[in-house]
Amino acid sequence: MTADRRLAPTARPALWRLARVDFDTVRQRPVLQYPEGAMLLNDTGAEILALCDGQRTVAEIAAVLGARYGADVLADVTSYLDALAERELIRTAADAPATPPLEASHHAP
Amino acid sequence: MRPDARPTTLLAELTYRCPLHCPYCSNPLDLARANAELSTDDWLRVITEARALGVLQLGLSGGEPLLRKDLETIVEGAHKVGLYQTLVTSGLGLTRARAERLRAAGLDHVQISFQDSETDNAERIAGIRSVEHKRTAAAIVRDLGFAFTINAVLHRGNLDHVGEIIDMAAAMGADRIELANTQYYGWAFLNRDALMPTRAQLEAAEPIVEAAVARYKGTMQVLYVLPDYYQMYPKPCMGGWGSVYMVVAPDGRVLPCQAAWQIETLSFDSVRDHPLEWIWRESPAFTAFRGESWMQEPCRSCERRTVDFGGCRCQAFQLTGDATQTDPVCVLSPHHGLIEAALASGAAAASGAPRPAGAAVGTAVGTAVGTAVGVTVDAPAEPPAYQYRGPVRAAAGA
Repeated sequence: MTADRRLAPTARPALWRLARVDFDTVRQRPVLQYPEGAMLLNDTGAEILALCDGQRTVAEIAAVLGARYGADVLADVTSYLDALAERELIRTAADAPATPPLEASHHAP
Repeated sequence: MRPDARPTTLLAELTYRCPLHCPYCSNPLDLARANAELSTDDWLRVITEARALGVLQLGLSGGEPLLRKDLETIVEGAHKVGLYQTLVTSGLGLTRARAERLRAAGLDHVQISFQDSETDNAERIAGIRSVEHKRTAAAIVRDLGFAFTINAVLHRGNLDHVGEIIDMAAAMGADRIELANTQYYGWAFLNRDALMPTRAQLEAAEPIVEAAVARYKGTMQVLYVLPDYYQMYPKPCMGGWGSVYMVVAPDGRVLPCQAAWQIETLSFDSVRDHPLEWIWRESPAFTAFRGESWMQEPCRSCERRTVDFGGCRCQAFQLTGDATQTDPVCVLSPHHGLIEAALASGAAAASGAPRPAGAAVGTAVGTAVGTAVGVTVDAPAEPPAYQYRGPVRAAAGA
């Protein structure tokens, strides 16, 4: 909805409770699955999402990947996560203040 | 379509049987022609073949899929091959024990249909006392941690309550609500005059929905499907015929969309006779309207042909008798007058008489909100004022 929303480097993104990353053995690619939708990912996208645990900040995620690839990837990581946040596939604590995404699921028994 | 295009979504219509009697039901008009339902083993084979073909998402629908005693076995099989699974249900028959078994078997997502926010009107539309069952089912689904969507089909008889319907879904803890204006196929087409919303209703609904989208952002997704009769251009139906989507009907016939049974010039091959892959890649029904070679003018030379693929083939056939025509919803169609006439007829029906008790609703693209026939669980609150089928009972299987 809000097209110009940008995730701050200090934001702590987590995958939407209802979404999960699978590996599609038919297409040989990671895929993000959620209600009524699926999105094929590339390996980098899957690596980024694997780091979105609601604890690491965007800057920390970019630092992990930057060390892995020997480059400054903060801008790329931010714009990738912005696109997913726009579709509500990743959430940050600010989206739902009542239930900080410290655990994978607030429905966990 | 790219030659290597693979389907992403399979809608498994497990049965045509259903306790509800909605006047916009997605079941075929002539259920007596349906053959016996597929067996458990048939479904497990179909699901495995679908995954091998590339399907990622499985919708378990009907009719009422909970009427299949083997639903848990089917869910377990689909989970084993890695499908993301959605159960599309009325909620009737979803006990806590059954929901727990389905959760353990690997079901991801449950969609429960609600006919209105007002109980009396909802039950008039459904033709059965059902709201309390649905509320109980919703609480169980929420409690067990499923992804939880509420579906509501909108029409003249409930569109004025759209704000209340959204708030009801939020109060029940839904993660998503799908509000789909009626699409006029099958039963909904027969009941079109009673279902068609007025332009004034649609204009009143729009700001209410927009405000709700903003209000619930981050807690509940609000999806709103506009009625295509009021659009300038047709919907990009199914993302293109035979492009990403397939439906397996209760008797095993495979269709490119759930309304395609009404295209009488096509015949649909069955998983009883052919592998799913052959049906997807080569069967006459799936190749009939793939790509662009089937198109007539004005689609053939239109730059929007890659945007909306000429619209809906089922609607073109239903309204013009020729499935290769431009969808008459399109203002460029030479048959667009049929749509204008239908809107005028609906408006006359809306103003001529008090709203019929519980006027009715439609069905979302790609989701089977509709329901069916035959299995009466409870006495209808009041006979629906729509054309409706007699007590045809689809053959029960497995």
